[in-house]
Amino acid sequence: MRHSLDTVLPGTSVRLVRIGGERAFRCRLMELGLLPGTSVRMVRRVDLGGVLELEVRGARLSVRHGEARELVVEPL
Amino acid sequence: MSPSPSAHGEVSPPDARLARVAIAGNPNTGKTTVFNRLTGARAKVGNYPGVTVDREIGGLTLPHGRKVEVVDVPGTYSLSARSREEQIAIQAICGLPPLEPPDVVLLVLDATQLVRNLYLALQVIETEMPVVLALNMSDALEATGQTLDREALERELGVPVVSVSGKTGAGFDVLAAALERVLEDPRRGRPGARWRPDDPVLEADLRAVAQKVPAAWHHGNESRARALAAWALLSIDERDELADAPPELRSTVLSRRKLAAAAGREIDGEIIRGRYGWIDARASAFVKQRKSGAPTITDRIDKVLLHPIIGFLLFLLAMGVIFQSLFTWASPAMDLIDGTFATLEASTLDAIGHGWFGDLIARGLVRGVGVVLVFLPQILLLFFFLGLMEDTGYMARVAFMMDRLMKSIGLHGRAFVPMLSGFACAVPAILATRTMERQRDRTLTMLVVPLMTCSARLPVYTLIIAALFATEQKVFGFLPVPGLMMVAMYVFSTVIALVAAAVLGRTLLRAERVPLILEMPPYRVPHWPSVLRMMWTKSKSFITEAGKVIVVCSILMWFFLRFPWSASDAAPFETERATIVATVSDETARAEALVEVDRKEEATRLERSIAARVGRTIEPVLAPLGFDWKLGIGVMGAFVAREVFVGTMGAVYGIGSDADEESTALRDRMRSEKRSDGSPAYTPLVGLSVMVFFALACQCMSTLAAVKRETHSWRWPTFLFVYMGVLAYVASFVVYQGGKLLGAT
Repeated sequence: MRHSLDTVLPGTSVRLVRIGGERAFRCRLMELGLLPGTSVRMVRRVDLGGVLELEVRGARLSVRHGEARELVVEPL
Repeated sequence: MSPSPSAHGEVSPPDARLARVAIAGNPNTGKTTVFNRLTGARAKVGNYPGVTVDREIGGLTLPHGRKVEVVDVPGTYSLSARSREEQIAIQAICGLPPLEPPDVVLLVLDATQLVRNLYLALQVIETEMPVVLALNMSDALEATGQTLDREALERELGVPVVSVSGKTGAGFDVLAAALERVLEDPRRGRPGARWRPDDPVLEADLRAVAQKVPAAWHHGNESRARALAAWALLSIDERDELADAPPELRSTVLSRRKLAAAAGREIDGEIIRGRYGWIDARASAFVKQRKSGAPTITDRIDKVLLHPIIGFLLFLLAMGVIFQSLFTWASPAMDLIDGTFATLEASTLDAIGHGWFGDLIARGLVRGVGVVLVFLPQILLLFFFLGLMEDTGYMARVAFMMDRLMKSIGLHGRAFVPMLSGFACAVPAILATRTMERQRDRTLTMLVVPLMTCSARLPVYTLIIAALFATEQKVFGFLPVPGLMMVAMYVFSTVIALVAAAVLGRTLLRAERVPLILEMPPYRVPHWPSVLRMMWTKSKSFITEAGKVIVVCSILMWFFLRFPWSASDAAPFETERATIVATVSDETARAEALVEVDRKEEATRLERSIAARVGRTIEPVLAPLGFDWKLGIGVMGAFVAREVFVGTMGAVYGIGSDADEESTALRDRMRSEKRSDGSPAYTPLVGLSVMVFFALACQCMSTLAAVKRETHSWRWPTFLFVYMGVLAYVASFVVYQGGKLLGAT
C-alpha cells in the first residue's frame, strides 16, 4: 500500500519507493541519503511551519509538507 | 599565480606562497569553531570572486614552525552544484579556476550525522586532493550511548582522521600535526577513490565525460578527471547556472544524460547510490551500539520548543525579548553615544572656532562618526541574540516555524528575525541577513527591511501628528488619535514591505523554487567565545566598511546644507552680535539675544544653501505631494538619518536645530506657516503625505551603506534608493491628490 510521505504518522518508519519532482530536488534529497529503498522514520510534524522532521541513515533532516507529497513510501 | 602541474600530474604550489589549508564540511558541523580554534580567531574577511560569499582567511603555525594559510569554504552537503554560489565549494576545494588549489583539504565532520557527512568526504577524496578529516562533536555522539571507531574510519577512508572538540579545544594539537604530515607528504591524504562504479555502462559515461574535462581542471591526473566527470554529470543540465563549464564538457554531459534517459537509466541515482552503498556497508563498523529510537535530549527539548502552543508562545517570547532589547534596552547606550558626540561637537567648535573649518570638523566629521557609532549598541545586541540562537540550534527551529508564513511572501524562514529587527533599525537588520545561505534570499530581505517602520521614523511621525492633527479627539470616544495614527503607519509599512517582498521575489529576484531540505541540528550549549567573536567582527566590519561611506556622506550633506556662505554673508550677523554684546548688559538677556542671532543666521544660511536652491528648483516636482521647498530641505536633510528631519525643520524656521519632536515652538510655527497665497503650508493632508513619504522613501544613508557593505557593490543600494523613492513619490502623490479630490484639507 503506497502513499505519500506527508501522510505518515510521527514515530512510524516507512520505506522510500520513489521521489518525484524536479531533478535538482531529487538529486539534493538523494545526496542527503534519501534514496529509494531507504527506510525513513517520521520524527515529528511541525505543523506551525508546515515542516516534517525525518530520520534517515541515523541523521535528521526536514522537508516541507508540500515537498513530502512528492515522496512515495510504503510500509516496512 | 597559477599552480603548475608536476611530472606526476599532481598539483604543486609555487614555493613563493604559504601552503594553504581549505576547511570544508557540511553546514552546522562546527566548521567555524574549528576555523577559529586553528587560526586563533584572527581572520581577514575577503570575497570569493564573482559571487558575494565571504571568504575568511586566517593563519596557523604548525607544530614544527611552518606557517600556513587557512581558508574557509562555505558549508555544503555535496560538491554538486547548480548555482554559481554552490560552485564555490568545488572550485575552492579542488582549486578549479579562478581559484588556486589548496595544499590540503581539512574536512570537518559532525560525528552525530556521520553517514551524511561521509558522502561529502567520499566526493572530496575522489578528487585526489590531500585530505585530513576532523571528527567534531564525537562527545555529543558518545553521550547518546554510541561509540565511534576512529581507527576503522581511518583504515577504510585511507586518510588521517582526528577527533576534535570545537567546544573544549581537545584534539587540535593532534590535528595540526596531522595537517603537517600531509603537507610534507601529500600521498598520506590521497588514497584514491574509495568507491568506483562496477557497472560498465556508468563507467563508460564517466570515461567519455572525463575526456572533456579541461586540463586546467585535472592537471593530467586521470582519477581527478574522473571525479570531475562525476561532478559534471551530477551538476550540469539544461537549466543550471554554472559559470566556466566549457561548452564541450557541457554538451558531452547532456548527450550522455540523454542516452541514459533513453535507456531508462538515471545517472544521478547510480552515482549517489554507489557512494551510499560504500558508506552503508561500513556504517556499522564506524559507529557501534546504535540505539535507534531512544529519545535524545534534543528530542525532549524539541517536544517543548516545537510544541504547537507552548513552542509558539516561547517563540513569541524570544522574539519579544529581541525586539524589546533593540527598541528599549539599547536606548541608554545610544543616548550616551548621542550625548557624548553632541558634547564633543560643541567642544570641537569651541576649540577650533566657529568658522567653516571648525564647523566642518564638528558638524561634518564628528557628527558623522557619531552617526556611525550610535548603531553599535543595536548591532551588538542583535548579534548577541543571533549568535546565541545559531549556536544553541534554536535559529534552525525559528526558520522552520516561520517557513510557511515567510515562504508565502517569497522569503526564507530565517528572514523573520531581520524583518522583526527592521522595526527597530534597518542597519543591524541588514547585517543580520547573513544568517541566510542564499544570496538571493539575503538580497530580497535587504530590499524590504528598510520599509519596516524603524525607530528613526517615530520622531518624524510624532512631530507631524502632534502639530497637524486633532490630538485631543478620541475615535469612538476612547481611542486617541495619535496612537491610532501610529498604529496605522506601522500596519501600512508592514503591508507594503510584505507586498514588496512578494513582488520583487517573483520578478527581479525570481529564483528556482528551492526545496527546504535542511537539518535540525541538535541543541548545544552556546560557545561564548564564538558568540562574542561574531559580535566583534560584525561591529568592526560595519564601522570600518559602512562607517567610511557614512562619514563621507555626512560631510557631503554638511556641505550641501551649509554652502555657499561667505564672510560677507555672515557680516550682518557679526555686527548684530557685536551690538548686543555692547548694549545688553544683563547676562541672561544677552545670552538669549545671542542665541536668537545664531538661529537667525542658521536659518538664513540654510535658505541660501545648495539644498535650498535644489529645493526651490524641484518645488514643481514636490508641489503635487503638498511639499513646499522648505519641506523639501527637511526631506533632503533627512538623508543623514530620518530623525534629522525634526532638527532641520527647526533650523529652517529659525527655532534652532536642537528642536526635538516635543518642541511646542516648532509645532506652533508649522501650524502658522503660510504659503505665498496665504493658505496654510501644513494641513493634516500635507502631514499625511509627509508621513507616507517617510514611511516609504529610503531616507537613510546608513541603510544604503550597510547594503553596500553586504552586497559588495553599489548596484543594490542604488536600486533600493530608486525603488523606494519612486514608491514614496507615487504613494504621497496618490494620498495628497486623492485627498484633495475627496475634499480633504
